Amino acid sequence: MMSMFAVEVPYWGQSLLRVLGGIVAVLLPAGTIVYVFLFKMMSFMQSRLGPMEAGPYGSLQLVAEVGKWLQKEDIIPERADARIFKMAPIVVLVSTFLLVAVVPFGPDAWFTNFEVGIFYALAVSSLSVLGILMAGWASANKYSLLGGLRAAGQLIAYELPMVLAVIGVVIQAGTMNLQQIVVAQNSGSIFGFDGLGNPYIFTQFVGFVVFMIAIQAELTQAPFDMPIAESELVSGYMTEYSGFRFLIFFIGEFATAGVFSLLTSVLFLGGWGVPFAWFGWTDVDSVANWMNVVGPVIMITKMMLIAFIIMWVRFSSPRFREDQLQRFAWKVLIPVSLGNIALTSIFKVVM
Amino acid sequence: MSLTDRVLGDRQRLAYIASQAADARLNVELETEGMTLNIGPQHPATHGTLRIIARLDGEQVVWAEPSCGYMHRGYEKLAEVRTYPQVTTLVNRIDWLGSFANEVPFILAAEKLMDVEAPPRAQHIRTILFELSRIANVSLFLGDLGVQMGAITPVFFAFRDREYVLNLIEGATGGRFHPNFDRIGGLKDDLPKGWIAETKAVMKKLRTFCDQIEDLLFGNEIFQSRTRGIGVIPRDIAMQFGLSGANLRASGVDWDLRRDHPLPMAWNKIDWKVWTHPDGDSFARCWVRLQETREATKIVDQLLDTIPSGPIMAKVPKIIKVPEGEAWVSTENPLGEMGYYVVSRGELGPFRVKIRSASFNNISVAPWALRGVYVPDIITILASLYFILGDIDR
Repeated sequence: MMSMFAVEVPYWGQSLLRVLGGIVAVLLPAGTIVYVFLFKMMSFMQSRLGPMEAGPYGSLQLVAEVGKWLQKEDIIPERADARIFKMAPIVVLVSTFLLVAVVPFGPDAWFTNFEVGIFYALAVSSLSVLGILMAGWASANKYSLLGGLRAAGQLIAYELPMVLAVIGVVIQAGTMNLQQIVVAQNSGSIFGFDGLGNPYIFTQFVGFVVFMIAIQAELTQAPFDMPIAESELVSGYMTEYSGFRFLIFFIGEFATAGVFSLLTSVLFLGGWGVPFAWFGWTDVDSVANWMNVVGPVIMITKMMLIAFIIMWVRFSSPRFREDQLQRFAWKVLIPVSLGNIALTSIFKVVM
Repeated sequence: MSLTDRVLGDRQRLAYIASQAADARLNVELETEGMTLNIGPQHPATHGTLRIIARLDGEQVVWAEPSCGYMHRGYEKLAEVRTYPQVTTLVNRIDWLGSFANEVPFILAAEKLMDVEAPPRAQHIRTILFELSRIANVSLFLGDLGVQMGAITPVFFAFRDREYVLNLIEGATGGRFHPNFDRIGGLKDDLPKGWIAETKAVMKKLRTFCDQIEDLLFGNEIFQSRTRGIGVIPRDIAMQFGLSGANLRASGVDWDLRRDHPLPMAWNKIDWKVWTHPDGDSFARCWVRLQETREATKIVDQLLDTIPSGPIMAKVPKIIKVPEGEAWVSTENPLGEMGYYVVSRGELGPFRVKIRSASFNNISVAPWALRGVYVPDIITILASLYFILGDIDR
């Protein structure tokens, strides 16, 4: 990344730039664009206009809502465990920010080029369980407690199929580095045909479906939104939160949806790249420099596509019951993803 | 446990003790203990102020008890200090989603005491408005069903299409929610010009809405797995608890006051079908309501075709005094059987009015139906039993 700058930047300067870059790259696209795009989209699905007042076509709705929430009183219940209650939303948000650190946006536009990137991503994504459990327990509210426990059970159950679905990709790419997974997809070929590269959505379709279902559950979106089930548990683990603490949960929800969409597009849709065969590239070193600019745009387009699918499912399905959800994870998703791993390994060895 | 002792009958207490004894060993091993969850009075799922006291063992309900009365407005008592024409403004607000249907049985009871009958045209228009309020009521139920199970889209469709029906009711009566249109001996006004053609167009839209809901919700595998076999109320239990309306028909009882009671209304002059379902589970209750909404649009269509000409008001004195006597009239309202027992002493207002509202009886089966279910099923079962808080507490 630093090769882009003419002067040598000291280490603290690099760190600062990366933090700023992280905030710009995560908070803006994964927050605002996802939020506004999804709210408009959801409104059209429900035959209404959605936000229209704040900015042109309601494009500044998020800014208006942030302003609204910052004005609200910050209430901490009397019997709540105040320290943990305050920490919980930050833990949830931090796990999202940690996640984006390894996502590559272009040949050189990455924050960290981590050798075990996907391993790290899956590990920090499960940190949010901790935050949710903390919120549920510390609120001293029965609905929060039920919501927090449901969330913990659900996230642990769906972590497994998610990891197993990713293993298929890792076997096929032969690396855990997200940058190299992108390169492997775009420089690859499907049975000798390299016009599309080899996006793993084709060769790992089962893994893709399992991964999508698992992130739907991981994000606690309908049909897996029991932890916040508003008709049963009021708002689940978020019940007692108000003001900017609720805002953090809320941004965390949409930002996590955005970041998981980024991760999905890296793993299955070819990430920032276009098929290398189009321009006669062979590997990541020969990729033209302008891909550092075009790459993030391609990436965000793919992210929107995935986020659209996530929200499409969310707004058209009723929710499962807790036991049905667990049964679905353990009896359907995990056997399917294990079968997928076995098949992938066989193809890898044979071909 | 003092609460348990107070609100539970012997049979339920024994069942509770038995279930506790069965779990005792497990509880000792795991050191678990139960939790009492107060769902309501302020809760998103109760559309009003119903309180459900649920004793939970993990996510499972050991027993649950609805506690009502938080919205009691004393309409029976208030009716005693009103004149007969004034009472309709009160009873409008009992089941606020299908207001016109609340006026009809009271007016019929007063007419029965006075021995007058509305002219045929008024009877027809009454029946049309009655069915329109049924459609307005149940279409919202169909949308709300999705919200209770986490699908938030159907409710917007329901609100969109209910608006057309409310516009029709407003066009004919002047009031969207509380028409107060029914009079002893007939109706306040005749239908406005162009209303019939517009109603037919709206009925077509409502049938499309029913198809949409059937596609979006009833055909959904998650919806089916959440409702099929959940909250089964067998035929004899349904009859014992005094269920009525679609809840009873979903338990396989072929019973509909519109067909079975001879009333001075227009239902017996047309051809329609009473829908029943043998299963008695949540899905059956929702399905019967969906079919009834479709059937109601057909009833309205037929009534519009056969509407007779003539006056809309019978000859009644300007100042209405109802002769001494007692009368009971009940009709098949959107929520179930709704009846008024009117006692008159020959004065300007009723001496005593007893209101039998459907939701009160429908909700009374909840403790029976909620035993042993999971927390999410509480909401599904209550949603499928379909109550309106105003109709429970009056």
